[in-house]
Order: sequence, then structure tokens, then C-alpha cells
Amino acid sequence: METLTLLIDGFAIAFEPLNLVLVIVGCALGLFIGAMPGLGSVNGVAILLPMTFLVPPTGAVIFLAAIYYGAMYGGAISSIMLGIPGASTAVATTFDGRPLALKGLADKALVAAATASFVGGTISVILFTLFAPPLAEVALTFGAPEIFALMLMAFATFVGLGGDDIPKTLFSICIGLVFGAVGLDIISGEPRLIFGGLPGFFHGINFLVLAIGIYGIAEMLWTIEVSQGEVMISQASVSFKRILANLRELKLTLKTMVMGSFLGYFVGILPAAGATPGALMAYGLAKTISKDRESFGKGNVDGVVAPEAANNAASTGAMLPMLTLGIPGSPTTAILLGGMVIWGLEPGPLLFVEHKEFVWGLIASLYAANLFSLLINIAFIPAFIWVLRLPFTILAPIIFILCIVGGFVPTMDMHDVWLMLIFGVVGYLMRKLNYPMAPAVLAIVLGPLAEPALRQSLLISGGSFSIFFTRPFASVISVLALILLLLPVAKLLYEKYLK
Amino acid sequence: MRMAELVMGLVMGIFSIYLMWKSAELPIGWIAGEGPGGGAWPFWLAAGMLCSCVAIIFRWAKHVTPESQSDSPFMDRRSLKLFLLNAVAITVFIGLFHIVGAYGAIPIFLIFYLRFMGGHSWGLTSAFALSTPVITFLFFEIALQKTLPKGFTEPLFLPIFDFFY
Repeated sequence: METLTLLIDGFAIAFEPLNLVLVIVGCALGLFIGAMPGLGSVNGVAILLPMTFLVPPTGAVIFLAAIYYGAMYGGAISSIMLGIPGASTAVATTFDGRPLALKGLADKALVAAATASFVGGTISVILFTLFAPPLAEVALTFGAPEIFALMLMAFATFVGLGGDDIPKTLFSICIGLVFGAVGLDIISGEPRLIFGGLPGFFHGINFLVLAIGIYGIAEMLWTIEVSQGEVMISQASVSFKRILANLRELKLTLKTMVMGSFLGYFVGILPAAGATPGALMAYGLAKTISKDRESFGKGNVDGVVAPEAANNAASTGAMLPMLTLGIPGSPTTAILLGGMVIWGLEPGPLLFVEHKEFVWGLIASLYAANLFSLLINIAFIPAFIWVLRLPFTILAPIIFILCIVGGFVPTMDMHDVWLMLIFGVVGYLMRKLNYPMAPAVLAIVLGPLAEPALRQSLLISGGSFSIFFTRPFASVISVLALILLLLPVAKLLYEKYLK
Repeated sequence: MRMAELVMGLVMGIFSIYLMWKSAELPIGWIAGEGPGGGAWPFWLAAGMLCSCVAIIFRWAKHVTPESQSDSPFMDRRSLKLFLLNAVAITVFIGLFHIVGAYGAIPIFLIFYLRFMGGHSWGLTSAFALSTPVITFLFFEIALQKTLPKGFTEPLFLPIFDFFY
């Protein structure tokens, strides 16, 4: 009952004129950003974060959450129309969305993607509403050892479930954490890792500099190389009559949508798993349980709705640990978390006590963002298609300008812009060699939170690591983290000796 | 691709050693009453980076990763040309921020990219080169009140600010 009252209060905040405008503008911008090849929700939130300093913190987070939601919808547009995923979260959508477009059924694929995103988003927000407060209460009992154990689990998830090369993932995590340690030591106040004595390093490395470098510059360089200027555009005709007909046909895929939504939500909650593995797992499961497996990869609508429902559900799921525990479940929520810290909203269990109006305003705005994203998506599909027809040589410089200006604005220091360029170029080269970059971004955000938690824990225990295995919650989380860390080794041994 | 994997592993390994050395400028051991020294956290993380690099090079030698098995070039000629063109263009663009400021650099970058890299018409190039800095100025300087670098063009903006404020 209390949840319902708080949610109603939240709706009152979400429907304040300014917040409503921010939701609508955020959804539209997110859709556009998500639809652009090379840009996804993480890029949109990172690039537009500096532009939220004009509005109050609640409005700012609502705006960014709307961009996040909109981008999750928009990612499918370029996957279907161009065969290039707008973001990694929409990779699975390409498998069947693109063949549908090539068959002249782009409108069917686009409507299916939008509807599935809506179903996934709505189911996940309902789950979020029900489970966020109890989880926050549990989290209130957490001290420094539990917090560090959680951080460890976030990184262990990347190692155990990420699916990337393990040494490269570990390298990416460590380098992100080291970059997060640049600046002044939090306890002694002494300067630390000031490269070349440059004064720009004294204020540390802003996570945005790394995020825009990797997801802006590096991603664009990657897209330019991959597309080589030969991006094929599909023709699509959209009419109200066809949309209605397509919607009626989608009844048959409702089961797949619901399955994708639940799976995506629970994968999204896991720190570091996020929407991409969620969408890929949902696609795999939809194919496994389908009676018509042969048609997957050749234009099966179930192959579009499963990943789209899952990636939207995962995007909401990822917000749960971010808000209740201060642990982001995805790179985008890592950036959202960074933004919240800047605005003085410390994510964690106390957020639900000290800033109720903010939390419930945000939750209510997710319902609104979901609805507006669906409406805007369907209404503007022809317009998005027109923009995507712009040659990449027009889109690319505009995105580069946004990156450079976006990197300068947070600290107003050209040092950060140069640093961003270095991160972008090195990130591009590393990506070519399959170094996963998302763990580095997560690490630079979590590093400044993990280090004090570790140091405080060790100070309490007199330097003994046993503190992580003697407290109830900390021990459970630490053991889980260790299991995840050892999972690749166990897999290797199983494949070598038992299979 | 195989050689690039090795070079990246070696370069990052050397960078890790540099980070360990740099971290050790602060105490890396236990300080009574204070806990771990200020350099301990980055030092051990950099040590973790070094171990990862050793594992990467070991796996390279064993031909485990797809990159270490690949004979294809890290970048073909066309990709290298595209990469260099874009990387140099962005570097010059950022460099111009210091000299002519954001509102001088943006049109120059757009003219180069749209006209010379994209082969677009002068009409379209001019439209973007003129409208983008104006929109950027109105959005950042007037709406958000965030000042972008202006280089030697700074005095030219004073009458504009007088008009708005």
C-alpha cells in the first residue's frame, strides 16, 4: 500500500510540466541517438550528461533515464534498416530484423521491435516497483566490507559471465580502476599518479572523459572503418493501416515478449551483465523453444521481439542495483551513477529514505518514458529513416563535434579533451584486438567508491582480509564473487577433462 | 593481427610497470593507524595489469586467441588511410580550439570533413559550417552559460554577450 502511495506521489512529480517535457525530449533524443550507427544509450547519456546542469537533479536524472529508454528503442532502427546495430544491445535484433527488411517487411520489423520494447519496459518497471524498496531495506544494513564485496562481485560478473577474453577483461578492469585512482589520495590528500606533473591530473580523470573517448571517438572510428562508406539503406513504407495490421499479428508473439522481458530483467540486475547478454540470451532461448527454428536468422518476428523485449527490460533491471546499492548493472547506469554523484544524490539504500521524491519520481517517469518512447517511435519511424539516409560523412563530424564539446564542458579544461582523444584512439586500437572496453568504464566509476570501502574494511580488521568472509552478507557476496571469478577455470577444466 | 596482439601486450605491460613505479611514489605498505598506504591500491592494480599482460602474451605464444591465430593485417591500406585521416582531423580540430577557439575550429573542421572528405557541395557545406557554430553558441553559451574556448577571437564575442546580457 505504501508503495502505491509513493508511486502516486512519484507520478505527480513525473507529470510536472518541466519533467514531462524532459521525458518527451529525452525519449525523442534517445531514439535518434540509439538509431545512429555507432551510438547507443551509453553514448547518448555520456554526451548529453553535461547538458543537464541547467535543470534540477530530479529533472536531470529523469531526462537521462528517458534518453536511456529512448535509445534502447532506437537501437533496433538502424539494426533493421541498415543492418548495423545502433548499439551492442541491438546486435541480436539484426539477426532477424535485417532479413525482414530485405524482404520488404521493414515496417513489420520496426513495429514489432517498438511493441516488444514497450512490453519489456512495462513488465520490468512493474518488477522494479515491487522489488526496489525491499532490496533497499536490506542494503541499509551494508557497511564498508559488504560494499567492497559487492564491487568485487560487479567485476567478477564481467570475468565469469562476460564471455570476453579473461586476461583482457581483467586488464580492462584494472586499468579503469587505476585511472579512477588518479588525483589526490582520499585519505592522505597527497597527489597520486600525476603524469608528467600536469596540473590537469590533480582533479582526477573524469569518468566522462574515458566514456566519451571510448563510446564516442573510438566507436565512431570503428564504425567508419567497418562501414567503409558502403552503408546499404532499406526501403520502407509505413502507413497507419499497415501498423494496425502488424500490431494484430504481434499477438502471436506475446509469449516470446513476456519470456524475453523476465529473462532480460533478471540478467539486467546482475552487475556488469547488462542488456547485451540479456538480449542475446533471449534470442537464443526464443530460438530453442520455437517450433520453427529453421526460420530464425531468415526473418522470424520472434527473433526480433525476444531481444528487443529483453534489452529494454534489462535496461530497467540495471537501474535496480544502481539505485539501491550504488552498483551499476551496465555502462550506461555507471554513467548515470556518476551523474547522480555530481548532483549530490548519493546512490545507495539511503537514497530511498532521504530522497524519496527523487526515487519515486524517477520510477514513475520510467512508466511515462516507456509510453512516450512507443508513441514517438511509431510516429517518427519515417523521419528516423530519413535522417539515417544522411550520408555518414555528415553525421560523423557532427558526432565528433558533440564528443569534443561534451568532453570539455564538465571540467572546462582542454587537458580533458586531449585525454579523451588519447582514450579514443587507444580504445579503438584495443577494441580491434578484442579488449572489452565496458569493464574499464565501469571500473573508473566504481574505483573511487571501491577504494575507500576496501581501506576502511582493512582498517577495521587490522589488515585481515577475513573480514570479507566473517560477516553474513559480505561472506555470501564474497563467496559468490569468488565462484564467478573461478567459473572460467572450472569451465576450462570441465571441457578438458570431463567432456 | 598476430603481431599487433603481441605489440599491444608488450606496450601495455611496460605501461603497467610504469604505473607500479609511479604508484610507489606514495607508501604501498601498511601504515599503523591509517591502514594501507596511498599508493597500495593503484600499485597492486597495476601489478594485476602486468599479470594480465603476461597472460595475454602467453596465450599469444600458444596461439589461443583468434587474434594470435590470424594472419590478416591489423589494418588494410584503406582502413589505415581512413583512421589516419579521421584521427589527424580530430587532432587538428582540437588543436585549433587553442588558437581560433571553438567557433573558428568547428567551421574549419566541417568544411574539411564535408567538402574534402565527404565530397559534398559547397552549398550544403556552407549551410552546416555556418549553422553549427551558431547553434552551438546559442545552446552552450546562452542557454547553458557554459563558456567554450575562443582563442584570439575572444574580443569578437564581447558585443554579442553585450547584446544578450
